Amino acid sequence: MADIANYVALSALVFFIGVAGVVLRRNPLIVLMSIELMLNAANLALVAFSRAWVNNAGHIFVFLVITVAAAEAAIGLAIVVAAFRKARFVDVDEVASLRG
Amino acid sequence: MIAFYALAIVLIASAIFTVTQKSPVYSVVGLLVNFIALATFYFRLNAEFLGVIQILVYSGAILMLFVFVIALLTSGIGPFTEGPNKLPRIALPAFLTMLVGFGFLAFGILHTPLLPAAMPAHVATSTLGDAGAATVFGSVGDFGVALFTTQLLPFEVTAFILMVAVVGVVVIAGDAPPQKTKGHHEPVGRRRRGARREPILKARK
Repeated sequence: MADIANYVALSALVFFIGVAGVVLRRNPLIVLMSIELMLNAANLALVAFSRAWVNNAGHIFVFLVITVAAAEAAIGLAIVVAAFRKARFVDVDEVASLRG
Repeated sequence: MIAFYALAIVLIASAIFTVTQKSPVYSVVGLLVNFIALATFYFRLNAEFLGVIQILVYSGAILMLFVFVIALLTSGIGPFTEGPNKLPRIALPAFLTMLVGFGFLAFGILHTPLLPAAMPAHVATSTLGDAGAATVFGSVGDFGVALFTTQLLPFEVTAFILMVAVVGVVVIAGDAPPQKTKGHHEPVGRRRRGARREPILKARK
């Protein structure tokens, strides 16, 4: 059985791979997928701590995070679709105007 | 321990694959492998219900949403891979900042005593038990009892979040209100003054 430290280290690594995706990539869809990656890394740490303490409050927390991630993916993709309809962008840096 | 490292390698490799691919479709495939490896971790950590939910909600629903959006956006135009895949000018400073952030996190983890250091073993006398048995830690029964008794408020908040998401998506990307057409659609291309938003799916001419 792996220790809790292994799980936390793994979670931190995956989280920062997600951060790299958000910061360095410019395709809006891949940015959204990287956000999912970060949320899942946090979930892994929560489940590992929940198992270590044999306390299922962490499971409820992960359930809530999964719901928020689903809502976030749906709204993010809706924003991408709406912005893509307005201007055929393939680059998040091109969406620089706040005017409607 | 070997299983942990094998799964960890799969998890990290698929995450890197997801972030580095040119085409978003390949990224989706990498993300699928990542989610399934993560679900396996959940099963190993006695979180049966969450493992199933991970596969159902993430691999089944969210990734399908991504695939459909990719298909809809790129159906009329060329491949989505042109243009956005050069590294931005801020790549180096962004990478350094990330490295510093990762250093802070690693420092914090290494200098915090993670209690308890080792996972307690499977003991039949505690609430831990065999996977699949009812009312042991992490089973559907255990999770459900917690969800509907002590954690009822988060559950209600979950419902509210989902409702907000549905309303938000319809407001942001929904169709224009139905216009009065007598049995045929207007020709695409010339827009009336009132109708500012186009429907998502237009009939091909």
